[in-house]
Amino acid sequence: MIEFKMPSLGADMEAATLVEWFKAPGDRVERGDIIALVETQKGAIEIEVFNEGIIGEQRIQPGRKVPVGTVLATIVGPAEEEASIPAVKTTKPVEPRPQERLTRAEEAPAPATPPSLRITPAARRRAAALGISPESLAPGSDGIIGLAQVPTGPERAHRRGAGLDLDEMRKAIGAAMVRSHRDIPHYWVMHAIDATPLFEWLETQNAIRPMERRLLYIAPLMKAVALALKQVPELNGHYKDGVFRPSPAVHMGLATALRGGGLIAPAIRDADSRTVDELMDVIAELVPRARLGRLRSSEMTDGTVTLSNLGEGNADSVFPLIYPNQVAIVGCGTACPRPWVVGNAVAIRQVIQVTLAGDHRVSHGRHAAQFLTRLSELLAHPEGL
Amino acid sequence: MTDAELSDLVARSLYAVAPDVEGEPIDPNKSFRAQFEIDSMDFLNFVIGLHKATGVEILEQDYPDLQTLSGAVAFLRQRLP
Repeated sequence: MIEFKMPSLGADMEAATLVEWFKAPGDRVERGDIIALVETQKGAIEIEVFNEGIIGEQRIQPGRKVPVGTVLATIVGPAEEEASIPAVKTTKPVEPRPQERLTRAEEAPAPATPPSLRITPAARRRAAALGISPESLAPGSDGIIGLAQVPTGPERAHRRGAGLDLDEMRKAIGAAMVRSHRDIPHYWVMHAIDATPLFEWLETQNAIRPMERRLLYIAPLMKAVALALKQVPELNGHYKDGVFRPSPAVHMGLATALRGGGLIAPAIRDADSRTVDELMDVIAELVPRARLGRLRSSEMTDGTVTLSNLGEGNADSVFPLIYPNQVAIVGCGTACPRPWVVGNAVAIRQVIQVTLAGDHRVSHGRHAAQFLTRLSELLAHPEGL
Repeated sequence: MTDAELSDLVARSLYAVAPDVEGEPIDPNKSFRAQFEIDSMDFLNFVIGLHKATGVEILEQDYPDLQTLSGAVAFLRQRLP
């Protein structure tokens, strides 16, 4: 029997409130299944299970706030189940959750929808999340099914309720950053990179791609950052209890600003080995979900490094603080046209100022410079990313 | 479609990509970015939503015309058959 405990979802989480069970005693679960929703300072987080088996006893009922490590439920492993609970052999098949069928945020599950049905992507998503067939909905006065035509469901209830409390989130960010500032001996190295080839490549790509496949520069930028980090293992991993553990893969936390002032950095696993298009799909699905406060536990804990990209029309550079227990964070200012020396002349180029903050217990400026130089080389040839 | 219908369509497309601002009034002449912290990802999804709702092809060079409610309505009025 396995004890399924309240996981720690960040350096500063001490307790969380169980909001909802998605599985009942007797239900079969597989690794990666979402079995519960908990409310933390960083929003409502979907908790995944890391063992396969059958849910035994649920010891905590929704509504209770319990410390990290509290046993929430028991799971009977595959080897034990025959002997202990033969009655549950006919468990119902696990239906895929609606989100898993989505690639981009806009590509809501369409098979059940006749082409004549006009429904907004958000309405389609909410209907899918609620298990409502779009055909059963009456369109609005303009003939289109919008959000107003879809009943309010749990997704919406969690948004401002259990989903996001920005004051609490600010406290959590504060606690993590106080710890970062106190414990991590930071250094910062900044490098201005000519990203003109990246933007020219993107323009060419986006001109020939259908709208749904267009790329934002964050996708190739993330790929390049991940590949460059891969070459400097001292910048990718975790430092805990005096020991640095480098990570073989780059799981990149993407700092995501929430309207109203919140900030969260869900992790994109294996950013170094995904294609640019795959990264675009993941980011497009992840960012809206982060804003709704519906992240998964693995996305809160798996990051090995963080990327903070200020984005278009923003400030020139950023000097971020490392998220404990990571050992580096990459900050990208906005891309803007600058005078730039090319050969013996001055040209106008799109320049991004990239900063690497590192942990001096693990690395030093030379590592940062290696990373930034490699990143610069990669961005010069975006077609190879 | 009338301008009022187009305006509703644009507003719905915006709320679809930023459901957390749904129902908030939209200043027709102020950019979505300035009003609602719409970033480039939201904006791309918004443009895709407009395309899906109307069938109008939108190129990257059209994006500046779509930054405000009034701009988006004018753009769609011109492009719709």
